[in-house]
Amino acid sequence: MMRFMLLFSRQGRLRLQKWFTAISEREKKKIIREMTTMVLARPPRTCNFLRWKDLKIVYKRYASLYFCLGVEDEENELLALEIIHRYVELLDKYFGNVCELDIIFNFEKAYFILDEFLMGGEIQETSKQIVNRAIESSDMLQEDDHSEWYDVELFG
Amino acid sequence: MSPSVPLQEMIRAIRSARTQCEERGVIQRECAAIRAQFRNTDNEGRSHNLAKLLYVHMLGYPAHFGQMECVRMIASPRYSDKRVGYLGAMMLLDEKQDASLLITNSIKNDLSHSNQYVQSLALCTLACMGSAEMCRDLAPEIDRLLRSSNSYIKKKAALCAVHIVRKVRELGELFVPSARSLLSEKNHGVLHGAVVLITQLCEQSPETLERFRKTVPDLVQIMKGLVISGYSPDHDVAGVSDPFLQVRILRLLRILGRHNEAASDAMNDLLAQVATNTDSTKTVGNAVLYETVLTVLDIKSESGLRVLAVNILGRFLLNNDRNIRYIAMTSLQKIVVTDHIAVQRHRGTIVDCLKDQDASVKRRALELSLALVSASNIRSTMKELLIFLSSCPPELRAHAASGIFNAAERYAPSQRWHIDTILHVLTTAGADVRDETVPNLIQLITNTSELHCYTVHKLYRALLTDISQQPLVQVACWCIGEYGDLLLKGECQETEAVQVTEDDVLDALEIVLQSHMSTPTTRGFALTATMKLSTRIIDNVDRIRSVVSIYGSCIDVELQQRAVEYNALFKKYDHMRAAVLERMPVIQKNSVGQTNGEVGEETVKESQAAKVAQKEMALPPQPAGQVCDLLDLLGGSQEPLQPSSSLGGAASTQPTTAGGDLLDLLGGLEPTPPTPAPAVTVYEKNGVTLTISCEQQSDSGLTVTLTASNSSDSDISGFTLQAAVPKSVQLQMRAPSRDSLPANGAAKLTQLVILNNPNKVNLKMRIRVSYTSQGSAVQDMVQVDSFPGIGAAGL
Repeated sequence: MMRFMLLFSRQGRLRLQKWFTAISEREKKKIIREMTTMVLARPPRTCNFLRWKDLKIVYKRYASLYFCLGVEDEENELLALEIIHRYVELLDKYFGNVCELDIIFNFEKAYFILDEFLMGGEIQETSKQIVNRAIESSDMLQEDDHSEWYDVELFG
Repeated sequence: MSPSVPLQEMIRAIRSARTQCEERGVIQRECAAIRAQFRNTDNEGRSHNLAKLLYVHMLGYPAHFGQMECVRMIASPRYSDKRVGYLGAMMLLDEKQDASLLITNSIKNDLSHSNQYVQSLALCTLACMGSAEMCRDLAPEIDRLLRSSNSYIKKKAALCAVHIVRKVRELGELFVPSARSLLSEKNHGVLHGAVVLITQLCEQSPETLERFRKTVPDLVQIMKGLVISGYSPDHDVAGVSDPFLQVRILRLLRILGRHNEAASDAMNDLLAQVATNTDSTKTVGNAVLYETVLTVLDIKSESGLRVLAVNILGRFLLNNDRNIRYIAMTSLQKIVVTDHIAVQRHRGTIVDCLKDQDASVKRRALELSLALVSASNIRSTMKELLIFLSSCPPELRAHAASGIFNAAERYAPSQRWHIDTILHVLTTAGADVRDETVPNLIQLITNTSELHCYTVHKLYRALLTDISQQPLVQVACWCIGEYGDLLLKGECQETEAVQVTEDDVLDALEIVLQSHMSTPTTRGFALTATMKLSTRIIDNVDRIRSVVSIYGSCIDVELQQRAVEYNALFKKYDHMRAAVLERMPVIQKNSVGQTNGEVGEETVKESQAAKVAQKEMALPPQPAGQVCDLLDLLGGSQEPLQPSSSLGGAASTQPTTAGGDLLDLLGGLEPTPPTPAPAVTVYEKNGVTLTISCEQQSDSGLTVTLTASNSSDSDISGFTLQAAVPKSVQLQMRAPSRDSLPANGAAKLTQLVILNNPNKVNLKMRIRVSYTSQGSAVQDMVQVDSFPGIGAAGL
């Protein structure tokens, strides 16, 4: 399973943190610090996998953002790269040519999308279209909050 | 998608702060405002406030005062409130917070909400931060949802069940029936969730695994569908149909096929199909291939399939993508012991990867290259390894150096090559070698008497070039001290001789003595070497005398003691000097793992001779054996240091404590060799003898050493051993030390076999011996029914 996913900028500022196990705040801060230092220190043409304690760290840089996944030992690293890529694609579809600012100013949306794609440290839905549709429906539900909403049942 | 304006304004305000201090100010103000708003029960804009707080939390500021607000928001009937409330719960509440219990009821209600998106929020939150109690509470509800007709909910319920099972193992039983039925779903999301759930259940409980083995045909069917089916727009990723699901199914198949012949057979064809049909031009295809390879190598696959898997790894090694090379090497590392021959085929590529830019790839390549070294490729591999050593990153140096030494020791084709290799390593990476390298090298040099001249010339030249590498300098000083006369003779067969005078040699040693770079140990070596030269040179003995007396007042206690004693050797015991400083004899080689470390402290201190001999070795404190000899010596006999040979012998034996054994050893200095494990001859024919000896490693683990030798007059070539053991015993054969047996017992062949007998069955082993003798091939089989060294009670 995946243990955590972190997004941070080239300057080391955290943009998103998702934890799939229960750990204390202190521990989280420590991990964030170590991940940012480790990943930002990597020279340009090196491979995207690292070993850290008993986990494998898979990271990929998209423009100014680093996506960092901490996975357990049995996980397939190449697939982890695909997971990161899939998430970026979902964000891109939602925001339209997503950039770091989109994620900064709409961080809660980024979380909602992540929660439709991954759950409990595993992949939840393998189809892009279904995830997109679910997000759209939830958003419309939110809009309709001011009116009646009990019967808004869009796509299954 | 209307963005939250208040939230965005706040974010903008925070970002425009120019210093850390300014930012803290903005955040404090905002937090105060948020707190005030929380107390206000106004409905509008509540979700915006919580969202603001969550942003502040992500920047690293404390946000615990928002916990109760999350609880309130979750209980609100509005969807926008619930959405942010649940997000807040996942970010701020964890199972250690008391507030998390308060949302259990809300989650329970929302799980049965009429709107699936509300249900989804509850499921997601439970799967993210549900504590064990919450899980126990809500498990029946989740099971009910697993049977719902809505696939959107079913897939989320499946993953929620995975979380529950991870938290509370006993609840696994509850989900087994539903998990089974979910496998017949068509929806990929649900299928994926089902596979993950089944994997989790199987990993946790072996009985459940047994029950789920029956699903192998279904899984194979699903995979076939994915692999063969045409383009499916919903799930296609670069030409591969739903790679995420494929990889999960392959992993489940791996768990089900492990240790089970029937299951492995059932998936054989499928794995071959996936391995050959998957497009490997993109990462996605390679991800699936990688998982397939891992599965093939882990289950009981047939050999053709295994070879296919290793070949795929070999192809990965040639891939341009660095990531793929890295994982190929990681996988090869895991199988290099069991599938040694298959991996050997790719040795060339692996050794090439030593030159890769990436440090992780280099590290893997180093480990693999060292594992693949064998008698036949030692020369070429070593060349590459030495090139690597000169340019390798500093953190790998020590590992590389020790690996090279091990390989050189096991497979050195000639003594001279061995010494050259060690010298090369010392000159390139001298600072990173382990401490025992110096005594090991000295031992090796002493034993190679025909190369003394060559060695001392090489070391002298090395010393002149560079005195910063301490191990090298130490060995060089020792050699010059021992074989200085050969150096001064000015002629050498193996290499170009140097024309040096005695002064030059003494100058070199003095430079070492006085240099800031020399450690105290090194200076000790240099001083002793200078002293030894007093018997090997003719003219400059006075110079040595003066050097030695100067150091008699050195601050360093060790050097001072040596100098004082050498002085005494010059003055009072000059008649013994020649004998004391005589050439060292051949040292008995220690067997692996023995140390002299446990010997009690030296009790008798006076004898200079003891000290001198002791320092020559630079080994840990001598066993009491020497002490006794010297008592003899001082007793008046003027013979040359006869005990030096047993000194050498005693040094390598079992340590004895001083004191009691002193008396024992006074009688007769028999070095006590360690009792070797009893060896039993199992095969004797055509002059070829095969013996086995065993060592119990653990409760069920056993190491068997097979030793072969050839007493006939003709060489034996192509010697291989194969072993077979009863079904439940696990067997691992290490690479043999050589593949030929020279005539007349000139060299022995050893091969290690590691056995693991967890079920403690009656251990038997069949060994097949194949070799070519005098042009004809011989093949024989022997069966070993009892193993020497194992108790009658069995393993």
